[in-house]
Amino acid sequence: MSTSVGTNRVKRGMAEMQKGGVIMDVVNAEQAKIAEEAGAVAVMALERVPSDIRAAGGVARMADPTVTEEVLNAVSIPVMAKARIGHIVEARVLEAMGADYIDESEVLTPADDIYHIDKNDFTVPFVCGCRNLGEALRRIGEGASMLRTKGEPGTGNIVEAVRHMREVQTQIRQVQSMAKDELMVYAKETGAPYELLLQIQEEGRLPVVNFAAGGIATPSDAALMMELGADGVFVGSGIFKSDNPEKFARSIVEATTHYQDYELIAKLSKDLGTAMPGLEMSSLQEQDRMQDRSE
Amino acid sequence: MTTIGVLGLQGAIREHVRSIEACGKEAVVVKKPEQLEEVDGLILPGGESTTMRRLIDRYNFFEPLQQFGKAGKPIFGTCAGLILLASDIEGQNDAHLGLMDMTVARNAFGRQKESFEAPVEINGVAEDFEAVFIRAPYIQEVKADTEVLGVYDGKIVAAQQGHLLATAFHPELTDDHRLVQHFVEMVDQANGNKLASV
Repeated sequence: MSTSVGTNRVKRGMAEMQKGGVIMDVVNAEQAKIAEEAGAVAVMALERVPSDIRAAGGVARMADPTVTEEVLNAVSIPVMAKARIGHIVEARVLEAMGADYIDESEVLTPADDIYHIDKNDFTVPFVCGCRNLGEALRRIGEGASMLRTKGEPGTGNIVEAVRHMREVQTQIRQVQSMAKDELMVYAKETGAPYELLLQIQEEGRLPVVNFAAGGIATPSDAALMMELGADGVFVGSGIFKSDNPEKFARSIVEATTHYQDYELIAKLSKDLGTAMPGLEMSSLQEQDRMQDRSE
Repeated sequence: MTTIGVLGLQGAIREHVRSIEACGKEAVVVKKPEQLEEVDGLILPGGESTTMRRLIDRYNFFEPLQQFGKAGKPIFGTCAGLILLASDIEGQNDAHLGLMDMTVARNAFGRQKESFEAPVEINGVAEDFEAVFIRAPYIQEVKADTEVLGVYDGKIVAAQQGHLLATAFHPELTDDHRLVQHFVEMVDQANGNKLASV
C-alpha cells in the first residue's frame, strides 16, 4: 500500500474544493463561527484584519498561536493562517499547529526581501499573492498550490484586485498565441519557469486555483471578481469592518455563488448598512502599498 | 441522450463536468432546483459540506434533492457529497439529505497536512483506483442494504446502496474516470428501468 501525503494533487486539490466560495478573515472564535454560519468555505485566522494592520503600522507578524488555535477549535471548515514572506519558521509553526493552508502574505511585513519560502518542501499547501502572470508562475515554481490576486489589502478599494486579475488573464491569452521562441524570451523577461509557460500555452489556464483578494467590500465586488475569472474570493476587512457582519458575510457568499444573477445581487445589496470605509489609491504613500512588498 | 447534473453551488464542479463528458454523456451544472427536472442523475461534488448545506437551504434545494433521490434517480456523492447523502453523521444530531443508510465521520483522516493519495480497490469497478483524500470523511458503518465497495486502512471509503453511490475521496481530481463510468451505467440502468415500466 503506497500512501503519499503532501503531493501536488493533494495540495492543489484542497484549493479545488474551495472553488466558488468565500474565504473570510477572522480574528477570534466568535467571528470564525459567524463566517462558518454564513457559508464561508474557509477562514483566515489573523490577529488583526488588514485595515487594522494598515492603521497600526509597525511590523506585522504571524498571529499569536492562541488566536490560531482558538479558531482551529471553533470551526469544522478549513483554517488558513498567514506567515511573513520568507519566514520559514513561522510557516513551520503554522504547519505544526495544523493550519490547513498557509498564506505567505504581503499583508504582513516581509521577513526576507529577496527570497520566498521553498514551499515544495512543506506538506501543508500554500497560497501566495500575484499581480501578473510572471509573479503567479514564480510562486507556483516555488511550490504555491493556490494563488490570489494581491489587490491592495485593507483599502476596501477593488481597483487593484481588478487590475491584477485582468493582467493575469490577458497575459495567459498572450502566452497562448506565442511562438515557442517568443515563449523563451517571455520566460526570461518575466522570470516565469519555461515549463509552466508551456503548460499554460497548452491548457489556456493556470495549473492552480486563482482567487481574488485585496479590496473586496461589497457583494457586487465579489461578483465582479468572479465575472473576471476568479475561482473564488478572499474577503479581509470587508466583513468584520462593515456595519452588519452577519448580513455582509451571507450576502457576499450568495453573490459569489450566483455572480451572474443580477436581480439576486440587487436584493442582496439592499439595506446592507455601510460597507467598510474605503481608501483612494492615490492617498497611499509608496511605502504603504502592501502589494509592492514582494516580487 | 442521458444528461447528468453536477450540483453547482460550490466546489469541484468543472472537474466532474469534465469526467461526465469524458464518459460520453452530457453534463449540466445545476444551480437552481428546477434544473433537477432536466437531469437523469446527479453528482454532489467535493467542496465544503457545511457551505453547501447553507446554500442548499437558502435556495430551497433540500426537498427537491431528497425527492430526486427518493424517486430512484441516481446520485453520486464525493467527499462533501458523501456527507450530504448520509443518514447519520457522527457527533451531530442532524444529518443532511439522509438518503443513504450509513454513518459517516467528518474530517476523519485529520487536517489538510494528513491528506493523502493511495491506490484503493473498488469492488467491481477498479483494482487500483487512484484515490485522493482531502480532509476526507470515512464511513464508520453501513446500514440496511448499503454495500461496501472500497476499504482503505480498515476504513470504508466507498459504498453503494442501489441507485446511490458515495466515495470519501475525489475521483474528479484524477483522469481515472472508471467510477464516473460506473455511475453513468447506474444512470443508464435507471433510465432503462423507467422506459421498461412505461
